[in-house]
Amino acid sequence: MIRIESEPIDASEALRDFARGNAEVGAVASFVGRVRGAGPDGTVARLELEHYPGFTEAEIEKIAHEACTRWPLLDVLIIHRTGAMRPGEDIVVAAAAAAHRREALDAVDFMMDCLKSGAPFWKKETGAAGERWIEPREDDHRARSRWID
Amino acid sequence: MVRVLFFGRLRELAGAPEMTRALPAETATAEDLARLLAAENPALGAALAEPSVRVAVDREFAARTASLAGAGEIAFMPPLSGG
Repeated sequence: MIRIESEPIDASEALRDFARGNAEVGAVASFVGRVRGAGPDGTVARLELEHYPGFTEAEIEKIAHEACTRWPLLDVLIIHRTGAMRPGEDIVVAAAAAAHRREALDAVDFMMDCLKSGAPFWKKETGAAGERWIEPREDDHRARSRWID
Repeated sequence: MVRVLFFGRLRELAGAPEMTRALPAETATAEDLARLLAAENPALGAALAEPSVRVAVDREFAARTASLAGAGEIAFMPPLSGG
């Protein structure tokens, strides 16, 4: 399931019933991204996330679909926040369910690497030093390129 | 007429999230459109010229040199930063 939310997301609630009731599931891996309260320029007061309605959902669908073609997954979940957020709020929840742990863990790692630098979102951080647009770091591009055969 | 969309830093420079433009015949690609916009707003034009700016035509990633023939929606996007 793919969801874009403009209201606060509750990661533990979203994960509670994920892939439950499927007897083939032996492993559920998940990742929760949260707004950091401290950035390189000091304290972060707020983070604003912008997306491209329609296109962003379609690109996330492609990421989830690609994960399902690479690993034998039984279910995937991606929930991404947009709008204005405060430190401590959850930005993203990604989860994968599979028969065994390795596929589930790798799929979540893959989906997060794709989301970081390949999904149409733009982040602006407001802190003590004013506003700044956050762009993917070299690390993020390197992380994503690990998956390119 | 086409809708031209801007995101992030580009939206701020454009002063609006979207605009509508009639494309002159010589505006065949996103690169041509960026040049057309640069004539109206040089700061936006300079930002659009950065190689890190991605283009989507009718909600599909496209090369800057791809044809805009028949396009309805062209988006200019700074580096993507999700997660």
